Amino acid sequence: MAVTSSGTATVTLPTDEQILITREFDAPKHLVYKAWTTPELVRRWWSANRGDVTIAEIDLRVGGDWRYVMVAEGGFEVGFHGEYREIVANERIVSTEVYEGMPEGEALNTLTLTEADGRTTLTILVQHTSKEHRDAHINSGMEAGMQEAMDLLEQVAVSLR
Amino acid sequence: MARAATTADAFNAVAEPRRRQILDALAGGERPVNDLVRLLELAQPQVSKHLRVLREVGAVDVRDAGRQRLYRLNGHALKPIHDWVKNYERSWSERFDRLDVVLEDLKQKEEGDGSDE
Repeated sequence: MAVTSSGTATVTLPTDEQILITREFDAPKHLVYKAWTTPELVRRWWSANRGDVTIAEIDLRVGGDWRYVMVAEGGFEVGFHGEYREIVANERIVSTEVYEGMPEGEALNTLTLTEADGRTTLTILVQHTSKEHRDAHINSGMEAGMQEAMDLLEQVAVSLR
Repeated sequence: MARAATTADAFNAVAEPRRRQILDALAGGERPVNDLVRLLELAQPQVSKHLRVLREVGAVDVRDAGRQRLYRLNGHALKPIHDWVKNYERSWSERFDRLDVVLEDLKQKEEGDGSDE
């Protein structure tokens, strides 16, 4: 079996309030959906290489809650939670997302999975209510443990003040 | 002497929607000020003010061509913003690389299940 190497995620900023993440996977969409919605599987990938997922709760129904928490090296805890708004199995999930370090900035995320020739294109459209919250969301990825990014983050923070 | 362009400056420069509109317009190529005035539907002094901010951080360059002043985009000055997003992108890339491993397991498991049937 070929080793999977589907390339990196592509992140674009379609508008001031949005983030669009795209990635192709060498797997059918029902498996991507399964990996995305099964807590013990989410625990294996969601923290990236930055720590351990300590909580992965998924109540997969409209109105149900989700919450992920990871502990980065150095004990820094990063938590996200939200509520499912729309669920189309294997195809689409609309959910809210709150970064617990900035609880006033709630985003609405739309995950879509489309399959062609056994490969799946995953997109996540993150819709924020303001540019400020969108930018803070992007910063949260850096807080999760990239020391090399801290200097830049500081400069960004200063520029946004 | 103009001060050196810093990261914070580039972020400030693009924080203003009108200035991003100017950058978008210049992404298509060099343009005279009059073009930008018409495109943005702003008074010339306002456009000139935005252009000055962009010029100060090096996001646009200007040259004189006869009686016209032509502005063009200098993408290099916007690299700090690109890098900022790249860091976020990298965290998702790492996450997805791990998801690849999970998917590979699921595929093998599914194939195993299939052969039992």
